Amino acid sequence: MSDITFAPAHQPVAIPIAEVLPWAIFGGLLLMIAIYFVGAEEGATSLISGMYIHEFVHDGRHLLGFPCH
Amino acid sequence: MVGSLLMRGMLIGVLAGLVAFGFARIFGEPQVDLAIAFEEQMAATEAAQAPAGDQPAMEETDEGLPGRGTQAGLGLITGLVVYGAAVGGIFALVFAFAYGRLGAIGARGLSAVLALAAFASVVLVPLLKYPANPPAVSLDETIGARTTLYFVLLVLSVGGMALAFALARRLLAQHGTWNATLIASAAYVAFITVVLIAMPTINEMPAGFSPDVLWNFRISSVGIQIIIWAVIGLGFGVLAERVLGEFRGSARLAGSYR
Repeated sequence: MSDITFAPAHQPVAIPIAEVLPWAIFGGLLLMIAIYFVGAEEGATSLISGMYIHEFVHDGRHLLGFPCH
Repeated sequence: MVGSLLMRGMLIGVLAGLVAFGFARIFGEPQVDLAIAFEEQMAATEAAQAPAGDQPAMEETDEGLPGRGTQAGLGLITGLVVYGAAVGGIFALVFAFAYGRLGAIGARGLSAVLALAAFASVVLVPLLKYPANPPAVSLDETIGARTTLYFVLLVLSVGGMALAFALARRLLAQHGTWNATLIASAAYVAFITVVLIAMPTINEMPAGFSPDVLWNFRISSVGIQIIIWAVIGLGFGVLAERVLGEFRGSARLAGSYR
């Protein structure tokens, strides 16, 4: 691939999978939980009783395109 | 290295959420208010028609629940910033995996390409079938089905995009970057077309809802997402380049860096 003309002067060096994986699993999981709380909690499914979170992020949830009440 | 990229992804995501908040405040909130006004008008008409004593209890200003001011202010900024930070972080993790594995593209270019692919698969494809809806447009009792369908489509779309990248990577050596990208894109579009045709349609639009409000709401919803992904895609590349530049420096490639 060294003949690709718009390539940068250097060849990008991949980060080893073993280094990416733990971050991807634990970081990815935590971040998906964050998205869940903004996008779906107290809508179709509810981990915490009441409607506080739903009502609090209500406008953001609608405007980000998540299904809401 | 990965932790450093993750932190920068979340940081740029917070910035993206803040910029999106400014946009949402100006263009999105008026539409939400108009939709809520329509919802209340509908509820009032219904209540007036129902026999006395049989009226559904209105749950306005329930004890301690956030009011409109909080929803449009602190609630909105929290939602957008948390969403921005979360997608920024996941974006950084995907970037860390893709960097150096998709041909000779540099950090800024890769960040822009990945953000475009993320916007297409996370925002554009789902909205073609299940667009953003303002309050008053959807039925309370179908929230379960609507949420399931939305997330099924999201998973299929993002999964399909990941497979398209894997396909492009396979074809890269034989067909070159341009043709490999075209073939993989065509495969993704074909897959998504089948999925979109196969998935059930939802149409719960109440009679009399203003099409202008609907259009303005949806276009500002897309605008918010464009802002988020543009800030992440363009901003993260610059930050990542510095992190990876240092990395390469320590890997004795400093001479070839710029």
